This record gives sequence, C-alpha cells and structure tokens, in this order.
Amino acid sequence: MSIIEVEQLLKTYGEVVAVDGVSFSVEEGEIFGILGPNGAGKTTTVECVVGLRVADSGAIRVLGLDPRTERDRMREDVGVQLQESVLPSKIKVGEALDLYYSFYRRAADPDRLLDLLGLSAKRDAYFKNLSGGQKQRLSIALALVGDPKVAVLDELTTGLDPQARRDTWELIEGVRDRGVTIILVTHFMDEAERLCDRVALVDRGKIVALDSPDGLARRVHSGTLVRFTPSAPFDDRLLTDLPEVQGIERQGERVVVHGSGDLVNAVILALAAAGVTAQKVELGAPSLEDAFVSLTGRGLHDGNGEDEAGEVLS
Amino acid sequence: MTAERVYSGGRPPWSAFWKLVAVEAKLAVRTPVVLMLSVGLPILLLIIFGFVPSFNEPLADLGGLTVLSLYAPILSVFALGFLGLVGVSMPLAGYREQGVLRRMSCTPAPPSWMLGAQLIINLGVALLALLVVNLGIKAFGVSGPKQVGGYVLATILCVAAIFAIGLWIAAIARSANVANAIGQVLFYPMMFFAGLYFPREMMPGVLRHVSDWTPLGAAVNALQTAAEGRFPSAQSLLVMVGYAVVFGAIAVKQFKWE
Repeated sequence: MSIIEVEQLLKTYGEVVAVDGVSFSVEEGEIFGILGPNGAGKTTTVECVVGLRVADSGAIRVLGLDPRTERDRMREDVGVQLQESVLPSKIKVGEALDLYYSFYRRAADPDRLLDLLGLSAKRDAYFKNLSGGQKQRLSIALALVGDPKVAVLDELTTGLDPQARRDTWELIEGVRDRGVTIILVTHFMDEAERLCDRVALVDRGKIVALDSPDGLARRVHSGTLVRFTPSAPFDDRLLTDLPEVQGIERQGERVVVHGSGDLVNAVILALAAAGVTAQKVELGAPSLEDAFVSLTGRGLHDGNGEDEAGEVLS
Repeated sequence: MTAERVYSGGRPPWSAFWKLVAVEAKLAVRTPVVLMLSVGLPILLLIIFGFVPSFNEPLADLGGLTVLSLYAPILSVFALGFLGLVGVSMPLAGYREQGVLRRMSCTPAPPSWMLGAQLIINLGVALLALLVVNLGIKAFGVSGPKQVGGYVLATILCVAAIFAIGLWIAAIARSANVANAIGQVLFYPMMFFAGLYFPREMMPGVLRHVSDWTPLGAAVNALQTAAEGRFPSAQSLLVMVGYAVVFGAIAVKQFKWE
C-alpha cells in the first residue's frame, strides 16, 4: 500500500524551477531515497510533502491526508528532521527532547532515544555546545520522539564522522524494522546504496530514474566494470577499440571501463602493450554513482551555478 | 517503547503548553540581559533616587508632591516598556530567524504557543517588576495610588499598548538583533516622553503635549492621575487603546512564522 503519493509536483521560485513535475509513491515500511546533487530540488520536494511549503501545482497524499489542508492531522504521524538542526542555543538536550515528547499523543521513550543516539551523557549540555554530529543526532531524536509512522530525514549524516554515519545508518535500519516508513534525502551515494529500498535520482527538479539501488546500477551497464588509475596518460581509443569494451569514463584520476567478457585481462594487456600500468585496480558491478553519471551526464558533486541558485532559494 | 496518551482534539494537552512556558522561562533566565535591564535598572534607579534628599521634599511647584513620587509610575512604565519592546520581540524574531518556529510547526504543537509563552513570561516578569517597584517606592515613604481601579486599568492598557508594539517589532524584524535594535531605538525616546529624564510635570508645554500622545507618556499621565486620586483622563486611556489596537492589528497581519 502506498503511504505517500506525489503526483506532478511543481514548485518555482521566481524564474527558477525547483521541482519540475515530480511523481513518485512510497510504500509502507520502505526506505525511499531521494538522491541528487545540491540544488536538484530534493529539499523543496520533501518540504512540500511535510506541508512546510505549498507547491504551485500537483497532488500530494501522506497517509491519505493532504499536507496543505490536513496538516494538523498529519503532524502527529510524520516526524521531520530538517536540514539545519534548529533549537534555542541555551536549551539543554534533555529539555528539548522532553518538550517535544510532550507535544505528541503517542511518543517514544526519550531516555531510550538518547541512549540509542549516544546522547545520554549530553543530557544536560546546552544545544549550542554540541558538536555538529551531536546536533544532527539530537535532530534525529526529535524527529523520532513522536513515534512517527513516516519519518522524513533531510541530509541525515551530513557533518557526521564515518563512525557516527555508520551508527546512524544502523539506527535508521532499526527504525525501519519497527515499521516506520522513511524518506531519506541525501547526496551521498553510499548512504543511498546502503539504506534505501528504492531510490529516485533527481536532477534539475526532475526524477531521472527510480528503482532499487541495484536495479539502477544494472540499468546503466549490464556487464562488468573495471576501475583503475593509469600510471601515465593514454588515449581512450586504446581501450575503446577493444571488442570487450563498451564505454570509458574518467572520474578525476580514475578511469572506469564498462564492458563484457574477459574485460580485465583485455584492458590490462592493452595498457601494458602501450607501456601503461593499471594501478589500484577494482572490479565490480557499476555503482549508483556510475548510474548517476550515466543518467545525467555529470557527477553528483559537480558544481553548477544555476542549480546552486536554486539551493539558496530552497 | 511507546505509550499511548489520550487527549481530545488535534492539539497536545495544555500541560505541554505549560512545559513550553517553563522551558522558555528557563531560557530567559539563562540569558538574563532583558531581565536585568527591565527589572534591575528601574530598581537601581529607584534606590538612587530614593537617597537623593531633594527628591524626597514636597515641592510647591508640584502641588506638594515629591519628585520621587513622580518617579513611581515612570519606573513602572520603564519595566513594562522594556519588556514589551525588547523582551517580547527579541526571542520571537530570533526563533523565526533560526527556524525554531518552523521546526515547531512540524510537531502537533502550534507555533502560536511560542508567542503565547513569550507573552506569559514577559507578563510574569512585568508583574514582578511592578510589585518590586511599587513596594520599593512605598519603602521610601511614598503613599500608594489613591484611585486603585484607575491605576490597575491604566497598567493593563499600558501593557496592551506596549506589548502590541513589541509584537509588531517581532513581525517586521528579520532577526533577534534587528528586533533588539528597533526595540531600543523606540524605547529611549518613549522613556524621554514618559519623563525618565525630567518628569512630565517639569516639561515645557509642547513637549508635554507630545508626551500625551506617546504610549508611555499617556501611561505615565494616567498612572500619575490615578495615584493622586482621580480617574485617568479619557484621552490618556484612549491613546493606549489606540496603540494596542493599531499595532496589534498590524502585527497579526504581518506576523510570519518563517
């Protein structure tokens, strides 16, 4: 059963089209990823879904409710973690959580949440004295304290160190396992690959693809993939002329070759013949990052002036 | 891990509202600048004025009143004015700026609760300040207001007028700093006309006439009249009603939660 349905969502800020006809539905109990570069319209989309913004046109249903006209009934069941964690600077962690706890009819135990998020020792700390990661975790706790049916998490792990990111991922999986449906906004491929059941790739306000992470990656290249760093510059044609090779992409220093058959050997032999060594060779299936590049023609973290203007506005 | 709590309607129970009030009160105490200026400064002035010998002598020019007795309403209005203009506006503008209100709007608690909490806290502090100032001035031998009903009415209207202006500042200021700046820029001229630097009774005619039309000048006028035993003039009361209605209406119209 679809718990969230979005149809033909359109939102513009003056001249900038932030969200351009986005449609998707989220099934009960899944982690649905919205993945794309900064300024792609991800945040605007979820802000419309939770009722913080009103779309220019399109239809949204969350738990059967319209976020615009029935937001009052929605708030009880939809937990939100906004991109910037926002609390008064001198509120204590415990006070904030207890306060938000009191706002909900059905609520999760605040002490357990603090424990789960590793904030128990910070119960009496002022919000302003928390590290970026601790603020982020408190923000997640506040999103979950109302024991929501749907949690919308915007840039969940931005600003967290690697260990904290992995801990947070585990926490989110635990939340999902309790039956909470999650919309996860992210610009991290690894996060989407690890957590999401399905991912909508968003670019310039449009969904360019929607599938499971594996499905998206498979959709790009059916064959195998070799990544390496060449010891010296070489002409792409050296490899594209090989029958095994279907495509070649350069990601900074790294070269990614897609193809089929005995791709690795063919590539290494051809390079060796030209006096080039392949270093740090990786084999594998294409990743979500490869999918994104292939579907949009550019990397996830490429700058784009026009899009950044959109982000400032959103 | 969950506990079902039952309450009627779409809103959280009032106990949650009072929890918000309690938390906000703690926050106000943790950043006590507003409290010190609104309550502390009038008390300090009262103590200083109280020990100035000439302020305690009845003057024929003032119809046998002492200068100190003229300062009772002025210092009360000082506390109310600062709380209204800065105490009410600063946290609300700051919370809007930081997105605190926006975040709160995602919970079942309405962000208007935050507005209510700020009003209640500032009213509470105002009551405390009035109590201390009036008891203090009594300790220096000034008798209390003779027209209690008129005095209370004037106080209520003064709070309504100045808090409405504070809400208007909260509505138009984009940040806590801007709210603070606007509040203070309005406060000191208003206090000038309220007679802080020299009481209304000593003002030349034109100044006093202008003072009659300012919110705090009208308040001091009404309070002083009631203190002397007469009911405040209709003009002084209506000026305050006017400020309350006009600024209250503009504030309601312009106030944005984000």
